[in-house]
Amino acid sequence: METILGLDLPTWWFLVIGGLITGYGVLDGFDLGAGSLHLFFNKEESRRLVLNAIGPVWDGNEVWLVIAGGALFAGFPLVYGVIFSTFYIPFMLFLVALIFRAISIEFRSKEPWTWWRKMWDISYTVSSTAITLLLGLVLGNLIHGLPINKEHEFTGNLWTFFNPYAILIAFTTLSLFMLHGAIYLVMKTENRLYAKLTVLVNNCSKFFILCFILTSMATLIYIPHMTHQFKNHPQLFLLPMVAVFILLNIKRNIDARKYFTAFFYSCIITSCLLILFAVGLYPNIVLSTTDPAYSISIYQAASSNKSLKIMLLIAAVGTPLVIAYSTFVFWTFRGKVKLTDMSY
Amino acid sequence: MPSVEILSRIQFAFTIAFHYIYPPLSIGLGLCLVIMEGLYLKTGKLLYKEITKFWIKIFALIFGIGVATGIVMEFEFGTNWATYSHYVGDIFGSALAAEGIFAFAMESAFLGVLLFGWDRVHKAVHYFSTIMVAVGSALSALWIVIANSWQQTPAGYRIEGHDLGARAVVTDFWEMVNNPSSMDRYAHVIIGSFLAGAFLVMSVGAWYILKKRFVEHAQAMFKVGLSVAVIAALAQLFTGHRSAHYVSKYQPAKLAAMEGHYDSLAVADMYIIGWVNNKEEKTTGIKIPGGLSFLTHGSFSAPVEGLHATPPQDRPRAVNFVFQTYHMMISIGMTLIGLTLLALILLWRKKLFQQRWLMIIFAWAVLLPQIANQVGWYAAEVGRQPWVVYKLLRTSDALSKKVTADQVMFSLILFTLVYMLLFVLFLYLLNRKIQHGPDVADDHDQYYPNNLANLPS
Repeated sequence: METILGLDLPTWWFLVIGGLITGYGVLDGFDLGAGSLHLFFNKEESRRLVLNAIGPVWDGNEVWLVIAGGALFAGFPLVYGVIFSTFYIPFMLFLVALIFRAISIEFRSKEPWTWWRKMWDISYTVSSTAITLLLGLVLGNLIHGLPINKEHEFTGNLWTFFNPYAILIAFTTLSLFMLHGAIYLVMKTENRLYAKLTVLVNNCSKFFILCFILTSMATLIYIPHMTHQFKNHPQLFLLPMVAVFILLNIKRNIDARKYFTAFFYSCIITSCLLILFAVGLYPNIVLSTTDPAYSISIYQAASSNKSLKIMLLIAAVGTPLVIAYSTFVFWTFRGKVKLTDMSY
Repeated sequence: MPSVEILSRIQFAFTIAFHYIYPPLSIGLGLCLVIMEGLYLKTGKLLYKEITKFWIKIFALIFGIGVATGIVMEFEFGTNWATYSHYVGDIFGSALAAEGIFAFAMESAFLGVLLFGWDRVHKAVHYFSTIMVAVGSALSALWIVIANSWQQTPAGYRIEGHDLGARAVVTDFWEMVNNPSSMDRYAHVIIGSFLAGAFLVMSVGAWYILKKRFVEHAQAMFKVGLSVAVIAALAQLFTGHRSAHYVSKYQPAKLAAMEGHYDSLAVADMYIIGWVNNKEEKTTGIKIPGGLSFLTHGSFSAPVEGLHATPPQDRPRAVNFVFQTYHMMISIGMTLIGLTLLALILLWRKKLFQQRWLMIIFAWAVLLPQIANQVGWYAAEVGRQPWVVYKLLRTSDALSKKVTADQVMFSLILFTLVYMLLFVLFLYLLNRKIQHGPDVADDHDQYYPNNLANLPS
């Protein structure tokens, strides 16, 4: 098997997709979280400010989802087909929620009527929350494993997805994004809104810490393949330790009102959790609960070596460009948010 | 209940047809924005800045819905067409990934600057962002058309495995990208998009002229739209011819369906208008005798391969549908050339904006390129049937095996309802923005609001 720097091509591509999903979690995570928090703000001006805090960047953040989807299609077409057709109904709801979220942001401030704005505010919060929960649900099921038969066909039904573990992961994702979003917003606001957010950030951090502890315990007890990986590679224990360390750091920085540092750490913890998730799966992508032998590994699912190499090149050229654009946009809109005539 | 295949096809056709209202408008508007803002930078006239700002807001509305409906398309391959995804992932997936990373990312990132960056970045940086958005939207189309063209004229691949495990694997990336039809079809698609955007700009301009509002602004935007439209309409004649030529070479059954031509030994006519009776295999209408023969072989008396040359199970069944949509596209294309040339002549003689009847036509003509873009794709895609990848994979074999008819029915109803709502909202807000018009400088508060209560929404 062909290797680059000692890693084979499917593993490289597994890393690329993992990186893209992490990028999506870190970036869209905060604007989804801001969406879930939206209804906590009561005043019209506050709502416009928090909406415009993500205004110039949310679209660019969502691109990471599109790229990650394309990368999965390109790198592991078999898995792309299996995952999306298995989660048919959840993904359809996810897509509809994405549509509603986009139009809520786009439409809410276009009319001055109270009922109009209220309607889109609710739609914005509900869709942002639904997107987060559905993402978490899919993630939870992927860690937990799915009833997949020898032909890579899903043999469960819609209710299979709603197992307690997956639901727990869904809420953990929600708490993580809400914390991430709250920290972002507190960075971007001032005066009374800022004061209100400092309280909200504190509550979000408590919610997240609770979910984090529950998830860690549930994973250790109910997800044996996760613990196997740790037994085989003890150095991996560093990861959860780093996660706990960062978690404490977030709390400390929030208490010290160092929100920029806290935001940096909440980006890191999002990455850490996704890396843990990837470690638990590797070298599989879809785990079968019917028989571990039916699990789909990256080697079974990978595109041809030629295609993987071309796309690694595309990713190597493209990713720095995307990071450059994003940095440019974030730099342009740095500092506290101000409303102008072009604002939402 | 209808079969999973029919439902999935309806769902895909519906969601992509709805999606395709928006990207051509953004591509065309993108070019118009580059011209408008360029004129502002060159002349320094505030008027150009005002129309640029006005159209950027409309661009954002269109782009927003385009993105939201476009993400649906990307994931539908996996949800409804899992076998297809596995079959083409090696090839189609890479084009899709390249689209995301090279084009879409650029477009979305710079749109933020375009919309919210007026007071934050230098004029030149803002203009650069406008160009990046326009280029990004055009590049998006490039990768998508490449992916679709590969399905029409596969190249640079080999087949690995067999039966349900079979898949196409890249052997030559550039050959795949530059497959026999991709560049011709891209040119045709992109120019169709320029027409869609330019006609929207002209339509709004014409409407203001009719209503005697923002007349100066309206004439300026109309001229920008017209300059794009004249060149695009004429160029479309050329790219259309090239596209027809590739079809005759690589997809003879599709071309035969487009002209309702059955008998392979006969001279093929070219219809201006007509009707195909698929049962009796007869086509009637106004025609240029031997026209298709001339197009394909350069001679009015050469026989052309007809539908009979392809076994019934391998050729498109909806012949009349392909025929009608194809001819509608051509008729509209010709109308657009006539309209734009007429407007150009009248503009040159300084009489254009006084012709109320022509302004009325232009106010409505925004629908024409939209319809042409839609029906052109219907002809191309229905004409490719029963294949999803031409001569390699049948549409009926491309489905997700485990998805049931109930599930697809559910999502189809869901999308129908959501998209209807979306369309109503889109028209409503577009209308609102047009009614509101560009913010004109003498109303100084609109530009530099000093308190929040003054803010226009």
